[in-house]
Amino acid sequence: MVIEPTALNKILISPRSNGFRRSWRRFAGNKIAVCALCLIVFQIIIAVAAPYIAPYNPYKGDFLATWETPNRLHWLGTDDLGRDVLSRLLYGARISLSVGILSQLAIALVGVPLGALAGLKGGWIDYVLMRAIDILSSLPTILFYILLMIALGAGFWNLILAMTLTGWIGIARLVRGQVLSLKKMDYIRASRAMGASTFYILKKHILRNVMSPIIVSVALGVPAAMFAEAGLSFLGLGVPAPEISWGQMIGMYQPYIRTAWHLTFFPAIILALTMLVWFLLADGVRNLLDIEN
Amino acid sequence: MLRYILTRIIGLIGVLLIVSALTFTLMHKVPGGPFDALALEKQQMIPDNIKRQLNEKYGLDKSVFEQYLLFVKNSIALDFGYSMTYPGRTVVGIFKEQWTYSLQLGLLTFVFSLLVGVGLGIVSALKPDSIFDYFGTGISIFCLVMPSFVFAILLQFVFSAWLGWLPTGGWSSPRHWIMPVLANSLAPILVLQRYTRASMNDALKANYVRTAKAKGLSRRRIILVHVFKNALTPLLTVGGPLAAGLIVGSFFVESIFRVPGIGFYFVSSIGSRDYPMIMATTLLWTLIISLAYLITDLLYALADPRVNLVKED
Amino acid sequence: MPEMLLQVDNLSKTFAARNGFFGKKTENVAVDCVSFSIAEGETLGLVGESGCGKSTLGLTIMRLYAPGGGRLFFGGKDITHENEKALKPVRREMQMIFQDPFAALDPRLTISQIITEPLEIHRSGTKAERARKAAKMLERVGLRAEDLDRFPSEFSGGQQQRIAIARALVLRPKLLICDEVVSALDVSVQAQILNLLRDLQDEFNLAYLFISHNIAVTAFMSRRIGVMYLGKLIEIGASEQIIKAPRHPYTQTLISAIPEPDPSKRETETSAKSETGENTERPNGCVFRLRCALAQDICAAEEPQLREIEENRQVACHFAG
Repeated sequence: MVIEPTALNKILISPRSNGFRRSWRRFAGNKIAVCALCLIVFQIIIAVAAPYIAPYNPYKGDFLATWETPNRLHWLGTDDLGRDVLSRLLYGARISLSVGILSQLAIALVGVPLGALAGLKGGWIDYVLMRAIDILSSLPTILFYILLMIALGAGFWNLILAMTLTGWIGIARLVRGQVLSLKKMDYIRASRAMGASTFYILKKHILRNVMSPIIVSVALGVPAAMFAEAGLSFLGLGVPAPEISWGQMIGMYQPYIRTAWHLTFFPAIILALTMLVWFLLADGVRNLLDIEN
Repeated sequence: MLRYILTRIIGLIGVLLIVSALTFTLMHKVPGGPFDALALEKQQMIPDNIKRQLNEKYGLDKSVFEQYLLFVKNSIALDFGYSMTYPGRTVVGIFKEQWTYSLQLGLLTFVFSLLVGVGLGIVSALKPDSIFDYFGTGISIFCLVMPSFVFAILLQFVFSAWLGWLPTGGWSSPRHWIMPVLANSLAPILVLQRYTRASMNDALKANYVRTAKAKGLSRRRIILVHVFKNALTPLLTVGGPLAAGLIVGSFFVESIFRVPGIGFYFVSSIGSRDYPMIMATTLLWTLIISLAYLITDLLYALADPRVNLVKED
Repeated sequence: MPEMLLQVDNLSKTFAARNGFFGKKTENVAVDCVSFSIAEGETLGLVGESGCGKSTLGLTIMRLYAPGGGRLFFGGKDITHENEKALKPVRREMQMIFQDPFAALDPRLTISQIITEPLEIHRSGTKAERARKAAKMLERVGLRAEDLDRFPSEFSGGQQQRIAIARALVLRPKLLICDEVVSALDVSVQAQILNLLRDLQDEFNLAYLFISHNIAVTAFMSRRIGVMYLGKLIEIGASEQIIKAPRHPYTQTLISAIPEPDPSKRETETSAKSETGENTERPNGCVFRLRCALAQDICAAEEPQLREIEENRQVACHFAG
């Protein structure tokens, strides 16, 4: 038997041998993204540790110290009930981060299987899904959020539910598109020819090939979700008191911007910075995964 | 072509029906809403004539389905009843009177973002990797991560509360226009800058530019005549939905700067659970945006002969 | 008469497409009432130009498409309409190899994972046993056991096709459908793969359905050849006979297209009007009549059926034999 010389026609570096280590090294080359990652880790740690590091109880007000601008005792001032702004910001971070991350996970959990199933099976499942997507995308998202939140009532879990109900569309569409193009590949046909079940094909072949776009979508979705939560809380429809949210703080004290600027300024700044940092991380992840493909 | 328009219009009607059903269902379920007959009985704050109005209009004693049909019928006639927050004014009346302000804001925003966005995009494309390019990209990243309402707050803080140069709210003089327009322009500028830059880059690399250069045309003439025409036409696809979004007003910017447009009224109706207002706004929003998409698609198909509207399954 | 391994009776497959929501429905007849059989251990070649439906026929036999009409028998069992669950045991016996070797292998899996996949699907043995079988099969097709941990992209086209063959054979199927398996390979490599396939056929008592547009290659591999045109089987018989004396006008075109190295043996006469098939609309009556120099009125009026004109030779033409 003549053995052909191993011609490396397609000198693609195999994606999995030392895959993770190589990805990490490439990611590390992107200084901005690494910076962002560090800041995010820092933020997460602080948010988790908030109950221990917050200087004051964010729910209890000191009625002798209301409407105070930043001073030595209260670094960022106090609000109308004498609650320390800094402590409230720390607790607000918990809400922002949890809404951002949890909503994206829920969206992925719902959207990915639906999109994959529709793409793989086709037929009426696909038809129904596409029509559902068409309908849901014709209604402007903000309105949909507002309607849902009015109907469901403001609240943390209601918010996550509302975001999941609107957000699964994007990722489902994405996954469906990927699956459709993968479906044409002969190796999927070969698997079917061997008698593989749909579930098996999904697990073995499709999932690892769609992982990258899914990860990017989730990463980019977190800052977007934070934005949505802030906006809805601003309108009074997101996370209601007594829970603390940056958007809620901005919404409540916006009328007082001239006199009590610190009550809106600090939440606004920290929200903007948080979104910036998460976006930079997501962008870094996207660059990384795009190159690998 | 006619078949396509027909299909789209049917689609539009379908979407509106579904959206109205969704809206109706959601609002119907809300305790204390206008469809909650029991709560209505208990509500002493609603004046009697409005109660009678609501009973009549919404048929609260009839079955749910009949209520829905009544709702649809009224909506088609553009009769949404009286606003609950602003007694004495009909919803449609509010729309008619306040929409002009939203339109003004939208128009100013559109023009401003067009100038800035397209301008930055063109500069980025023509002078890549220059300081202008980085500036342009920096601005677009800023527009991307900065939520409009946060920017609005910051603007208000700096120029109103701190420096005192500009008024905090209102719409009565040009000075009042500056901050709202700036805050509202973030998203449009982002979209326009990116799109223009990409489109210009594509056009610059295209073969017909190389041909023109080979023919010996000066760079300036090439740019003015060929590149611009081809690069800027696709802006239609983006401009349409953008304009639609601007026509319907901006919730956050109007609320923060107290611009008396329909966005502002909508936000206040949320707070007071003014359901007629909420439902009407939802339907009209959806209608306007869907129409805008349809018109954009049609205009684009007319402008660019390469576009094939009929999709093959 | 021994029971046939594969029996195809009047198999048809049509694809419907709709032009937009209000548009017209068009039907594309890919396979039209094809019948033949393959015995254990024998090779039937299927030849025809692109678009004649031979690949679709292969995919339909594999039940990757649902047959539109006719019947399909494998090992005596009617598998025309069986659901996936009932088909699973059948799938062990029937495998397929595709044209593009790289596309047939999942680029993110190792060779070991690729070859053990059929074993995994059919729960054959433990993980260790499967790996051992994969290694053995890999060596049988001419690669090394060390290659198990590498990825498809590290191999050449010919090697990738060997891997695909190893994967197809690891369950010891009885029938292998080869769909243009050497068309994407260099000529020198083609010969190696073809030889490998012949060796394996003897060793594992495999039956092949060898699909190709290249009649010379098909004749090399197959004892019998079927010729297809626009979805219909128009001639079938022993390869030697078909090459030496083609009876159907279309087959004659195909044979004459084979380059003849000896200039003294070259003929210029063919019975076809044009070399290329520009007109792919299916005519009524005989599918080939629009390109056929022998076409008469009867060809439009009546569709010729496969007639046995001599022993083991069938031709679908009004004027053959």
